[in-house]
Amino acid sequence: MPITQYIFFFLTFVAIFSAILVVIDKNPVHSVLYLIVTFFALAGHYLLLNAQFLAAVHIIVYAGAIMVLFLYVIMMLNLNKEIEPHKKNIPKFAAVIAAGVFMLCLIALLTNAQKGMLPAAQNENIGLVENLGKVLFREYMLPFEVSSILFLAAMVGAVFLSKKEIN
Amino acid sequence: MNNDVILNIPIQWYIYLTVILFSIGVLGVLFRRNAIIIFMCVELMLNAVNLLMVAFSRYLGDSGGQVFVFFIMVVAAAEVSVGLAILMMIYRNTKSIDIDDLNKLKW
Repeated sequence: MPITQYIFFFLTFVAIFSAILVVIDKNPVHSVLYLIVTFFALAGHYLLLNAQFLAAVHIIVYAGAIMVLFLYVIMMLNLNKEIEPHKKNIPKFAAVIAAGVFMLCLIALLTNAQKGMLPAAQNENIGLVENLGKVLFREYMLPFEVSSILFLAAMVGAVFLSKKEIN
Repeated sequence: MNNDVILNIPIQWYIYLTVILFSIGVLGVLFRRNAIIIFMCVELMLNAVNLLMVAFSRYLGDSGGQVFVFFIMVVAAAEVSVGLAILMMIYRNTKSIDIDDLNKLKW
């Protein structure tokens, strides 16, 4: 078995295992930490796919910014103890069954997706910064600029929503 | 390891991995009652889709998919900041982020 397959299986195991722990763990802080582990495994997958720019951006944005935001909110709301009251088991069984059926349906749908794909004869450098930068600033210039307006709106909205009412 | 991935790993494996991750996200949204955990599971679903898009863009040799992943990350960052602000406001008003307490809009 080639070494890429070993790396793939290792990263996949880490990602799925810690994703399950995100759902199962009772403590929200632990859930955040396991989600960070999942994100690092996904960044490893990006590196394996030679998408180096996206791997760097993924770590910076998700592990560096978004999860810190989650941690801040959990600590500000003082949720690091388990506060979920014990609920009935029937909704949990229903949730597990629904998610399992959903997964089976998706696998059955997508398992033949390879048909119609070209054989692998591609440029391996598409994920590098140079190539992606050219594509981003030539073909996707307008969406890039519009996303800055989106960020401005999100910033104003977050500040407006979270400030205290004066009266 | 430039072309090793394409030669050694079929695209199906990436499809199975991302379907499993997406389903774990769906399971979390249905299973947990804590709004922050539900939010984190939504992030997990977004990331599963991102990984599948990167895999397809690599296997098809088209960089448009990776640009779209970049935009998805942008939108996810904006969504998280606004969503967490909304959660803070809900907590300030109801002293709880259990979604079973937020049933005023339920018929």
